Amino acid sequence: MTLDDIDRELLRSVALNADQSTTQLGQKLGLSQPATWRRLRRLQDAGVISGRRLVLDAEKVGFGVTVFLGVKLATKGRISLEDFERAVSAIPEVQSVEHVLGLYDYRLRVVARDLADFERVLRRRVMTLPGVGNVEANVLLSEERRPGPL
Amino acid sequence: MLDDVDRRILRLLQADPAQPVPELASATGMTAARVTRRLDRLRADGVLMPSQAVIDWRALGFTVEVSLRVTLDKTVPRAFDDFLSAARQVRAVIEIQTFLGRVDVRLSLIARDLPDYQRIYREEILTLPHIADIEALMTVARLKYDESLPL
Repeated sequence: MTLDDIDRELLRSVALNADQSTTQLGQKLGLSQPATWRRLRRLQDAGVISGRRLVLDAEKVGFGVTVFLGVKLATKGRISLEDFERAVSAIPEVQSVEHVLGLYDYRLRVVARDLADFERVLRRRVMTLPGVGNVEANVLLSEERRPGPL
Repeated sequence: MLDDVDRRILRLLQADPAQPVPELASATGMTAARVTRRLDRLRADGVLMPSQAVIDWRALGFTVEVSLRVTLDKTVPRAFDDFLSAARQVRAVIEIQTFLGRVDVRLSLIARDLPDYQRIYREEILTLPHIADIEALMTVARLKYDESLPL
């Protein structure tokens, strides 16, 4: 799908705040409400906007620690990737699971109440996963999303 | 602090952020006015922030996503600040995270294809200041990505 400048501005705007009404968005972009609605609809239909993400202050709701884990599988070939993926995706503290190519096989984003809670999740849930091998942990200090090539 | 009612509302919203207040009200057995008051308070307290549209870069032709794990030269006092402000100028970067651990900074980078990635990597990434080491992980598939919290 090809975008024009107004589409790009619209995407930048909803990527920061998707709660805005089409009227508010239209005012910003100098478009009528129906025209804004049509553009948003087109972006959704094309799958460019694939959904909406609720943003919570993790710390304020009691999750003070976010850790990224690089996981290497120990017995590749012998255990099924599907088994590992199913089990890891079912852990509530695991927010995202990516299959990657490189130093690790999977990249996990894990939230915990504090470091002690993280240790519990790591020992009881992650280290007991089928086929799990070497695990590297990095504690998240800050994060920002960028508009990207829009 | 959150109480059980707050948690229930937030759980419902995490599952579907576009859910209108009347739906939340009937799901929680509360009046719409009470749900609205709760939401207003959660927003005022900074717990609930504006929701964000999720952009599928693949649908825009960016088929390659790479995670760059960067170690910085910490002997330079301003290494972090210099690196971060330069990394913000790279348009292909969609996420910047800093860490405590073996990795200092991670950049999420998208590209149209491998030649495009190679060009960005050589011309825009390797020229960033104070890099001591850099490792690349290529994303093959994303299996879970809702980033919801276990409330």
